[in-house]
Amino acid sequence: MSRSLKKGPYVDEKLYRKVEKLVEDGRREPIKTWARRCTIVPEFVGHTFQVHNGRVFMDVFITEDMVGHKLGEFSLTRTFRGHTNKKEGIKSR
Amino acid sequence: MPRIAGVDVPDKKKIYYALQYIHGIGPKFAADLLAEAQIEPHVKANELTEQQIASINAILDTSFLVEGALRRQVQQNIQRLRDIRCYRGDRHRRGLPVRGQQTRCNARTRKGRKKTVAGKKGVKG
Repeated sequence: MSRSLKKGPYVDEKLYRKVEKLVEDGRREPIKTWARRCTIVPEFVGHTFQVHNGRVFMDVFITEDMVGHKLGEFSLTRTFRGHTNKKEGIKSR
Repeated sequence: MPRIAGVDVPDKKKIYYALQYIHGIGPKFAADLLAEAQIEPHVKANELTEQQIASINAILDTSFLVEGALRRQVQQNIQRLRDIRCYRGDRHRRGLPVRGQQTRCNARTRKGRKKTVAGKKGVKG
């Protein structure tokens, strides 16, 4: 079920203020964040976020198309290296 | 044979059902469309007058997205997801279910026919 429109989009308060500050100072630098559940709003466009995926921070550059998605959608949490080939045996991981 | 929305030629059936042969028109849109054009849903498709067909076409042009245009729209939406490198786009690229369904078994619609892996059962640990 999608989120109630009445509530509006969920945006991480702290992260939003951080972006505002960057815009005020006219700076563009990556923001480290764990707020994967935060919706991407138009103000974020052009900024780079380093979104935590549970292990490392993945660089996510926000383009206009990404507005409306969540930050977490761009920082994958799983690594799939393909199934093992029986002939070659288990590949070294 | 009436021609509605380009090349589609549904015939001999009631217009309400004939319309549903067009990609993008189901029971709901067919009913809406006929109500707007003020045509009885139970008239056979080949009994429609030229004028009635023209009015259906006119409404289709203005307020419904059907056939090629609709298919293109859907493709574009998927392409957008692919281009922005998001999770859903990734699932489309890999041909796996997009909406969080399990893939441990089933998911055959997306994954296609079973690809049997030789000797899988006998191998342990």
